[in-house]
Amino acid sequence: MNKAIITVVGQDTVGIIARVCTYLSEHKINVLDISQTIIDGFFNMMMIVDYSDSTASFEDVVNDLDKLGEEIGVRIRCQREEIFTRMHRV
Amino acid sequence: MLNIMEVHETNKMIEQEQLDVRTITMGISLLDCATSDLDSTCANIYNKITSYAKDLVATGKDIERDFGIPIVNKRITVTPIALVGASCCKTPEDFVAIAHALDKAAKKVGVDLIGGYSALVSKGMTPAEHMLIESIPQALTETDIVCSSVNVGSTKTGIDMDAVKMIGEVIKRTSVNTADHDSYGCVKFVVFCNAPDDNPFMAGGFHGVTEGDAVINVGVSGPGVVSRALDEARGKDFEFLCETIKRTAFKITRVGQLVAQEASRRLGVPFGIIDLSLAPTPAPHDSIGEILEKCGIEQVGAPGTTAALAMLNDQVKKGGIMASSYVGGLSGAFIPVSEDATMIEAARSGCLKIEKLEAMTCVCSVGLDMIAIPGDTTAATISGIIADEAAIGMVNQKTTAVRVIPVAGKGVGDEAEFGGLMGYAPIIPVNTVSCEEFISRGGRIPAPIHSFKN
Repeated sequence: MNKAIITVVGQDTVGIIARVCTYLSEHKINVLDISQTIIDGFFNMMMIVDYSDSTASFEDVVNDLDKLGEEIGVRIRCQREEIFTRMHRV
Repeated sequence: MLNIMEVHETNKMIEQEQLDVRTITMGISLLDCATSDLDSTCANIYNKITSYAKDLVATGKDIERDFGIPIVNKRITVTPIALVGASCCKTPEDFVAIAHALDKAAKKVGVDLIGGYSALVSKGMTPAEHMLIESIPQALTETDIVCSSVNVGSTKTGIDMDAVKMIGEVIKRTSVNTADHDSYGCVKFVVFCNAPDDNPFMAGGFHGVTEGDAVINVGVSGPGVVSRALDEARGKDFEFLCETIKRTAFKITRVGQLVAQEASRRLGVPFGIIDLSLAPTPAPHDSIGEILEKCGIEQVGAPGTTAALAMLNDQVKKGGIMASSYVGGLSGAFIPVSEDATMIEAARSGCLKIEKLEAMTCVCSVGLDMIAIPGDTTAATISGIIADEAAIGMVNQKTTAVRVIPVAGKGVGDEAEFGGLMGYAPIIPVNTVSCEEFISRGGRIPAPIHSFKN
């Protein structure tokens, strides 16, 4: 399994999760977990996804989600999971 | 499973607190490039560097994208050129030809800097090392991204005072040669005592002869992250303060370790070490000075500064050592004045003086770094500053270094502008009472006694 973390930060608006999930399903990226909360007044969403069967390269996913974020007016990042697990797990 | 607060914390470090990996540095041995013919040695050097490092920059960018962490610099270090060029260089100008080959190769592969135009002369100089040192002003003037260093002493050998004397003159000549750019040539040169073989940072990085054919070393950074974390430690005792720094250093280093392993795997080059150094930049809050002030010092340079720096340096090491099994290089806190906004301010106000900086170098990871001094400072005085710093390193069994910039045509009160990460600096006064006779004696200061430690 190849896990990545997708984060969305910005103003809450209708359809953010729907649009991100539509993109992911179109490219066969499986969502494992979703959580969301408000931090410092901003909408924060985190998805853990498995991109093992992705039809797009990781580079394209990163760039496409970045563009999608610009369209919606939020910041969308997609990063490989290891940067977080290494930092927060011994 | 990861939770959203942990993910948020990491991304906040990257986006708001300038967490980055300062450098991925590929060390390349050039010992097998040496021939008795200058042109073929230069060709061998160019070919080896451009073949080994051809994917370095692209791989760095891929890792940046995959993990979402900036990797600020991609660099190369090579075997000290005084060794590589020993059989083919008959004049200092021959060594300059090798500097051009390094510059060309480094530009071809797109790295930011290449280090290793170096000589290790802690006990004495060979004719080749003498010529390389002679050639440094010309090499640094004619090339753009070549960095140079000389190791003039060690705890085991003492200090080569002939080299110390020469280097005062070399720094002066470099300063005059590059007068049009605030003596920028001196920014690319550092003189060491106890230089490490695996330092990924510049200007002092070189690929030591104890190293393998090629190696990946990584320098992490993150003063901004430590500074932010200390906001929570205001008014708390030292135990809490130390714990906060240690935990933060651990997190920063783990990211460096991940990047190093990935770079090593993707490039097919063995992983060497992580250098734990907290390296500041002139960006707001990305500052060692700010950390010291958050420890409770009103302004860097005040009494207490040295103790605060000693504590910081030690906690950074303790946190970092737990995070990576292979720690090396310089590993500690850097105090380059021109690269740290809070230190610049303290130097400007007169609170931070060169003598206090010298005291601070007894407990930090390197030495007198990126300090602009008056252009009319004599070569002997610069040699005296180097000798003092080397003595601190020699006696205390630590690495020390000097990178001072006598800014040609400028004096106390003026400012020097070096640009980019190198920053800018107010020119601070140095003690001008002569040490000429001491420096001119010739010979070597013997190694210190290794018992009766007091």
